[in-house]
Amino acid sequence: MDNIIEVTGLTKRFGDFVAVDNISFGVKKGEIFAFLGPNGAGKSTTIKILTTLLLPTQGKVIVNGFDVLKDKDNARKSFGIVFQDPSLDDDLTAYENMQLHAVLYSVPSGEIAQRIKDLLNFVELFDRKDSLVKTFSGGMKRRLEIARGLLHHPKILFLDEPTLGLDPQTRNHMWQYVQNLSKKEEMTVFFTTHYMEEAEKIAQRIAIIDKGKIIAIGTSEELKKQTATNSLEEAFLKLTGSAIRDEEASNIDKMRQHRQARRGGGR
Amino acid sequence: MNVIYILWLRQVKKYFRSRSRVIGSLAQPLLFLLAFGFGFGSVYSKAGGGNYIQFLAPGIIAMSVLFTSIFTGIEIIWDRQFGFLKETLVAPVSRFEIMLGRTLGGATVGAIQGVIVLLLTLIVGFRPASIFLLPFGFLFIFLIGVLFTSLGTAIASKLEDMQGFQLIMNFLIMPIFFLSGALFPLKGLPQIMEIITKIDPLTYGVDGLRGTLIGVSNFSLSLDFTVLAIVTSAFLLLGSYLFSKIQV
Repeated sequence: MDNIIEVTGLTKRFGDFVAVDNISFGVKKGEIFAFLGPNGAGKSTTIKILTTLLLPTQGKVIVNGFDVLKDKDNARKSFGIVFQDPSLDDDLTAYENMQLHAVLYSVPSGEIAQRIKDLLNFVELFDRKDSLVKTFSGGMKRRLEIARGLLHHPKILFLDEPTLGLDPQTRNHMWQYVQNLSKKEEMTVFFTTHYMEEAEKIAQRIAIIDKGKIIAIGTSEELKKQTATNSLEEAFLKLTGSAIRDEEASNIDKMRQHRQARRGGGR
Repeated sequence: MNVIYILWLRQVKKYFRSRSRVIGSLAQPLLFLLAFGFGFGSVYSKAGGGNYIQFLAPGIIAMSVLFTSIFTGIEIIWDRQFGFLKETLVAPVSRFEIMLGRTLGGATVGAIQGVIVLLLTLIVGFRPASIFLLPFGFLFIFLIGVLFTSLGTAIASKLEDMQGFQLIMNFLIMPIFFLSGALFPLKGLPQIMEIITKIDPLTYGVDGLRGTLIGVSNFSLSLDFTVLAIVTSAFLLLGSYLFSKIQV
């Protein structure tokens, strides 16, 4: 099997709105693949379908040989994911968050403690393992989430804007680790980002999606050649235009702002 | 460790970690107990009802279990907002296990709260009629907890945010409490009220608690138990069905 992710004719509609419009692509085993697009282009929706969180309206998605519709649990065991928004339990400690994940993914109980220790050490959070996550900074939470996503040794790692809000040090550190791991374990990495340099530097292949359609796919060299530009950023702007996209705030975003305002934003 | 256990443990840990919540949710039952208990006490005994605190205490215990467990169920909305829900939903475990772990956790939290309130009532002067029936009292407390955590889960599965919360509070939780006979005897009610109280599942919880704690009940304990068990199973099924339909 060559492609570890195989997407065919994928469409997702929300009422009248077509978020993802009949896209097809494949990601090779061990590849680092970037999925780029302006706000509201359909990146997160695609990731949610690939990771079984949303049901497609049409089309077929095979992840690690498993159909995400028919063989959900096996598909889920194959990947780890770091979501765009935090998904930790703030009222639990770092260690407890890791432990919960290990149990949810049935990591052999004899290995749980050692794996958690190794990963927390790697993201330099081991000395904070017994602190509640709500006392962590944004960067620390991100690192913890990455460690957690790797806990069950996934074949594929999905990263949805993983470096958003991270300082360059943490960003570099994170990508170095992910790249090493990808090489060593032949782990496939599928990520989205708004930082073009990052995609150019890290990704072996890049897909650009706009208005629900994939408008270009290839290495960053190929994309630059195709658009006769000098950088990925220029290529991206040439392909997607320079109009600014609005994304409707969802109810949840509004609530979150509201709640933060009520808490006096003191976090 | 298994999935149900670790999710149960999570709920219980979170409860004990939020001390303000524990204390806050004890203030209300205490207030009800003092205001109603002493406020209506003399009227109640003059009307031939006996000791009102004895009568009221099981109702207040049921109330605190109701509130605590329904809120714990509804907490799924917070988990959705703060993202943790995704972590559980994307995991290779069945939604039913997740729902069951959470629900048992919520019910346990509700039951702990109920027991704390029971201890509080002792201070105010409440005395259980029989030590031997006490374990059955705990059983009723736990059943009420499971029932309303499932209901909370079912509701929260359909809600995107907390905006509908006032509506649920005023049109569901409050009526469930006030029309359950927690505060007044079910005998001699106008017919329409009698019908409504008989539809309210908490009525059977309150009645079962009274039967086991003070030895006086409107229905038989086996009827209370049967109705409660059936409604609880129905809500568990409903809750897990709606929970299984959540898409993030």
